[in-house]
Amino acid sequence: MLAALAAALLALLVAAPSALGDAFTPESGGSPNADDIDTLYKITLYVAIVIFLIVEGTLIWSLVRYRNRRRGPEAAQIRGNTPLELGWTVAAALILVVLTVVTFIYLPDIENPPESGPEGLQASQARFASIDQPTPPSGRPYLRIGVNGQQYVWRFDYPGKRTLFSYHTLVVPVDTTVVLEVTASDVIHSWWIPKLGGKVDGVPGHINETWFKIPADQEGKTFTGQCAELCGFNHADMRAAVKAVSPEEYEAWADQQASDIEKSGSLLAEQRKGREGEDSP
Amino acid sequence: MEAGTAAGQVARPEVVLHDLRPAPRGWLAWLTTTDHKKIGILYLFATFLFFVLGGVEALIMRLQLAQPNGTLVNPETYNGLVTVHGTTMVFLFIVPVLAGFGNYLIPLMIGARDMAFPRLNALSFWLLLFGGVAFYCSIFFEPPQAGWTMYPPLSDDSFSAGGGVDAWIFMIHLTGISSLVGAVNFVATIHNMRAPGMSWGRMPLFVWTILVYSYLLIIALPAVAAAVTMLLTDRHFGTAFFDPTGGGDPLLWQHLFWFFGHPEVYIMVLPAFGMISEILPVFARKPIFGYRAIAASTVAIAFLGLLVWAHHMFATPTATVVLAFFMLSSFTIAVPTGIKIFNWIATLWKGSIVFKTPFYFAAALPGLFVIGGISGVILAIFPVDWQLHDTYFVVAHMHYVLFGGAVFGIFAGLYYWFPKMSGRMLSEPLGKLSFWLMFIGFNATFLIQHSAGLSGMPRRVYDYDDSLGVTAYNLISTIGAFILALGVLVTLINVVHSIRNGKRAGNDPWQGNTLEWFTTSPPPQNNFDTIPRVRSVEPMKDIRREVLARSRPAETVAQPAAPRSL
Repeated sequence: MLAALAAALLALLVAAPSALGDAFTPESGGSPNADDIDTLYKITLYVAIVIFLIVEGTLIWSLVRYRNRRRGPEAAQIRGNTPLELGWTVAAALILVVLTVVTFIYLPDIENPPESGPEGLQASQARFASIDQPTPPSGRPYLRIGVNGQQYVWRFDYPGKRTLFSYHTLVVPVDTTVVLEVTASDVIHSWWIPKLGGKVDGVPGHINETWFKIPADQEGKTFTGQCAELCGFNHADMRAAVKAVSPEEYEAWADQQASDIEKSGSLLAEQRKGREGEDSP
Repeated sequence: MEAGTAAGQVARPEVVLHDLRPAPRGWLAWLTTTDHKKIGILYLFATFLFFVLGGVEALIMRLQLAQPNGTLVNPETYNGLVTVHGTTMVFLFIVPVLAGFGNYLIPLMIGARDMAFPRLNALSFWLLLFGGVAFYCSIFFEPPQAGWTMYPPLSDDSFSAGGGVDAWIFMIHLTGISSLVGAVNFVATIHNMRAPGMSWGRMPLFVWTILVYSYLLIIALPAVAAAVTMLLTDRHFGTAFFDPTGGGDPLLWQHLFWFFGHPEVYIMVLPAFGMISEILPVFARKPIFGYRAIAASTVAIAFLGLLVWAHHMFATPTATVVLAFFMLSSFTIAVPTGIKIFNWIATLWKGSIVFKTPFYFAAALPGLFVIGGISGVILAIFPVDWQLHDTYFVVAHMHYVLFGGAVFGIFAGLYYWFPKMSGRMLSEPLGKLSFWLMFIGFNATFLIQHSAGLSGMPRRVYDYDDSLGVTAYNLISTIGAFILALGVLVTLINVVHSIRNGKRAGNDPWQGNTLEWFTTSPPPQNNFDTIPRVRSVEPMKDIRREVLARSRPAETVAQPAAPRSL
């Protein structure tokens, strides 16, 4: 019965990756770093499946084959086997060396932001890009955005000379490398849009960096995610969205948003003046 | 005084008793006992009570998550359940239940008549119990809601004003002192009170793991004791160790907490490994394969376990070289762990396996732990961890390690040693039913959670969207949790039923290898009238062989002409 159950379990695990690939690998597709993490995970998973099958296979086989039987052979009184023991120790170590090498091969592509692509935000539009960064050789700027976690919403501060920010939804141009500087202003939060790569904790007092670059063919899509570090009662409700638009649309949105913010500022001033008579004693 | 004057005279053997009072009976005997066996049973009783409480909390959470938009509990209560469940299982169940088994078994296994410090032993139990009671009192007011890891600033007074976090701090201190006192007692006992002939190389593997467990507790506990004290002063006395607005750093807490927290994982699984290292060979009718390798890998895991703590912090702002170090150190642990798993399987190889309930649980442990081990290696790859950290993948991983590893080992130990403790056998049919329910329920609950995490479901959320695509996974997980709970219930019924009605066990029902089977079941207060000399790692095998060798000539003398077949 144990064998049958285990066999069914194994069959499910082996057959499933092809049938239900999504249930067995991390989310990806929105950014090269997410894709690389996905590949790295898959390589590890294949190694893991082989080890899993060997271990569970020998375990179950031993259980079935060497069960106590009438007139069966006496148990062999073996106390150890040094070459065998050294063998599996070295084998286990070698597998880990392989995983280490594979990880370090993929690491630079996951960690280091690449250059923005030709369809992304151009230097001529760089009034929205960071101005204190050296221009990359291609002349295509990064977009550096400040991400600030607050109970229970994300605030995004965009670069440029005008005050430009948004809450909940981050609007970014496609094919542009977006570098996020993540922090938090009350408790620890964790920024995570699964399809755009790994999570980074926003820790009060620290700035944590990550990046993503949404391919041009994903224009118009919105990627969603949620806070991944317990941050209070409404932790599960702390969501975020990243909206990918063309560079032109981004510019237009930024203009609109910046002037809306300015307008609301002057509106506030007017309200204050209108109340002046009523409030003063 | 009298001894001083007596020393001057000629030495003469005599026994002098002063103020001998009759031993108290009834419940008073349990309150005042310093007998390691009674204390061990008190430990087991109290910790299984906490296990049931923690399990009920888990079931409420699973019910809430069975469907999206669950309305069973509100977010505040859910966060409280998350926190209390985690804290209970770690601090009030797994760590102390192992101390309970250790208390009962260590003196018996090493051929001693009690622990080195019997009163200290009683103190560590009562500190544990009142630590748990103090903590559980908070559920009537405002339980802590910041997770069992209690990360500041969320656990600081600005964001968790209620007394729950303080109750948690109090509990950590009480159970921490309890564990420290207990650990010192184990170390003193194991170093000094072993039977004649029991060298380090002949010590039972469970005793090895309890020794390592004790050293790990002594090394790791001061870090968390310091951390919770700093949190207490941050909350009430105006310090700012973890408060960035006052120049402190929330990451300091994480380093201190995990410097304790990761060794704690090995504190929880190593004694379970020790238990099945005792149980597997007995039922395979074979010696343990690679005794030295298993003992040495226990020490290696403990040492390496002290160097991996920051793999819980891969998503924090940390330099790549640090991340790489902690990835490699975490990888390294897989080697001694793998050695153990291979040795257990090799122990079964060419055996003649007798399938009794303790063996079912013991044999399931390597099969389940290997899943937790593999997912652990995957999580140790820090770029991959950036995707999986703080998701249900981690929840699944830790339950494969702590339930599949530690709790299955604990249940194996319960079924294996219950006859020694009570003198009665547990029912085999109920035991096997319990095993299959727990095995199937456990895998149904937690295997699917890997997929929930991979699909983007973070841990510690009271609700999720249907659009996330994890609705089916959560329903399966909830159903599995109830099957698992039913399995645990069957064992509890089995224990209650068998304690009065079980078959008489006799001294050595399993043909065990270690000295606890040399004495009666349950053992008398002084454990052994004569302590046998230990000549190998399996003293009971030697004793059985000797008894057989002595009785055989007598038979042949009595019936010289009898044919062998009769």
